[in-house]
Amino acid sequence: MTTRLTALLRSLWPPAAFGAVMLGIWQLVVRGFDLQPYFLVAPSDIYAKFVSDFSNIWDAMVVSGTNAAFGLLFGAIIGVLVAFMLSRFRILDELVMPMSIAINAIPAFVLVSVFNNMFSSTSEVPRRLMVTLVVFFVVLVNVSKGLRQVQPVHSELMKSYAASGWEIMRKVRVPNAIPYLFTALRISAPLSVIYAYVSEYFGGSQNGLGHRISSNISNSKNALGWAYVLGACLLGLAFYMISIAMEAVATPGGAGSRNREGS
Amino acid sequence: MSAVVVSGVSKVFSTGKSAKVDALQGIDLAIEPGEFVSLIGPSGCGKSTLLRLIANLTEPTTGSITVNGKPSRQARLDQDYGMAFQQAGLFEWRSVAKNIELPLELKGWDRAKRRARAMEMLDLVKLPDFAHHMPWQLSGGMQQRIAIARALAAHPPLLLMDEPFGALDEMTREHMQAELLRICKETDTTVVFVTHSIPEAVYLSTRVVVMSPRPGRITDIIEVPLGGSRDDDTRETGDFFSKITEVREALRGAEYAVGARGIEDR
Repeated sequence: MTTRLTALLRSLWPPAAFGAVMLGIWQLVVRGFDLQPYFLVAPSDIYAKFVSDFSNIWDAMVVSGTNAAFGLLFGAIIGVLVAFMLSRFRILDELVMPMSIAINAIPAFVLVSVFNNMFSSTSEVPRRLMVTLVVFFVVLVNVSKGLRQVQPVHSELMKSYAASGWEIMRKVRVPNAIPYLFTALRISAPLSVIYAYVSEYFGGSQNGLGHRISSNISNSKNALGWAYVLGACLLGLAFYMISIAMEAVATPGGAGSRNREGS
Repeated sequence: MSAVVVSGVSKVFSTGKSAKVDALQGIDLAIEPGEFVSLIGPSGCGKSTLLRLIANLTEPTTGSITVNGKPSRQARLDQDYGMAFQQAGLFEWRSVAKNIELPLELKGWDRAKRRARAMEMLDLVKLPDFAHHMPWQLSGGMQQRIAIARALAAHPPLLLMDEPFGALDEMTREHMQAELLRICKETDTTVVFVTHSIPEAVYLSTRVVVMSPRPGRITDIIEVPLGGSRDDDTRETGDFFSKITEVREALRGAEYAVGARGIEDR
C-alpha cells in the first residue's frame, strides 16, 4: 500500500511542479511588465477573488454541477437501455443509430435555443436535456460496441453449451460491455460539465458558472471572471476523477477486482 | 454404440452470389468410445469444419452426423461433448473456478455442487491453488489447461479440440500432450483432435485421419498401435518415427492426388 502511495506521489509531482512553475512565470510576467487587468490578470488576483467571492462561486458550481450530474446520470441510463434494445433487435439498430448520429451532428447552440423556447426561461431543463443528449450518444455508441464485439471463441463456446440468447446476454455480452461503459463515462464526465457551461450561454436563468464567466468578463471584471473559470476547472476535474475512481473499482483488471472475485 | 458417426457428409460454403467452396465432400467416419482420433491435413482441407460439424456449430449441406447415438444437434443441446480451441477463450471477468463452472451453471447445477466439481477439475489439471486467480494472471499453457478443465467439467463422454496447443511453445506443447493423454485416460474420454503437427498427431492418437483440400476429403486413415501408456520415451522409439514417416507420406500422397485430379479435370 505504501509503495503504491509513493508511486502515486512520484507520478504526481512532475506535473504539479510544472504547473507551479507556469503559474510563477505568469505571475512574474504580469507584475514584471506591469500588464493591466483588462489584458491579463495575475494568478494572485484571481486567487484573491476566488477566496473573497467563494460563496457565490460555490453556488454557481452547484447549479452547473447539478445540471451536469443530471445529464450524466440520465444520459448514461438511457444510453445503456437503448444500447440493450438495439443489440437485441437488429432492425431497431438500423433505424435508431443513424438518427442518433444525425442529432449529435446538430450544433449545441441550436439545440439549446430550441429547448429554451420549449421550456420557461428560468427552467434548468433545457441545459439538462442538452447534457443528457451528449452523454446519451457517447454511452450508446460505446456500450453498443461492447455488447456486440464478443470474441468469436466466446460465442462458439456458448453455442456449444447450448446457451440461450438471454443467457449469452447475461453471461457474456453484459460483462463484455462493462469496460466500454466506463470508457464512455470517462469521456462523458468532462463533456457533461463543458456542455452544462456552454448551454448557459444561450439564454435561460443566469445562475451558473458559464453565464457568470461570460458576464463578468464582458463587464471587464476579469479577475472575478477568472475566479469563476478556476471554479469551472475544479468542477470538471472533480467529475473526471469520480469517473476514474468508479472505473478502477468496477473493471476487471483494475486494482479492486482481485478481492471482489475472491468470494 | 459409436461415439461419433459421420455418414455421407458434405459442406458447401456459399461466400457470394456465385462463389461456392466445397469445404467437405463424401465424408464417412466412425469413432468408437475410448479412441483418440486426430484430423490432420494442410490448410483448407476442412478439418476444422468437420470438427465444427460434429459439434453442431454448423450444419452439413448433405449427410448426417450422430454423436453419442443422437443427432448432433440433440447432443449439443444435452452438452454431450466439451470443446477447446486454439485460444483458451477464458472469460476474463470470471475467476478460474468460475470459468470452469460456467457450463455447469448453464446446466442449472447449484453453487455448492459446481464449486466442488470445479475443485475436482483443478486437481485433475494439477492447478489446485489457482481457483481464485483471474485468467490474465496465468501463463498460456496454464490457461489452456483451465480450458480443458472447463471442457471436461460436465464429464462429457466426448472432447472436441481444435488445435488447442497451436499457440504454445514446443516444450510446453509436449508437456501438455502428455497431460492430455493422462487426463483422457483418467476420465475415460473419447477425443477428436484437429492439428497441423504430424508428431503431435502420432503421439496422441490411436488413429490419424489424413485429409486433403479442394474439395476437403479423407484420403487415408492410419492406425497408430503405440499402446495405451505413452510417455516421453515413446517419442524416441523407432515405431514412433516410422509412424511419423507414414503419416508424412500419406499427406504427400494427398497432395499428389490433388495435382492428378487437377490434370484430369482439364
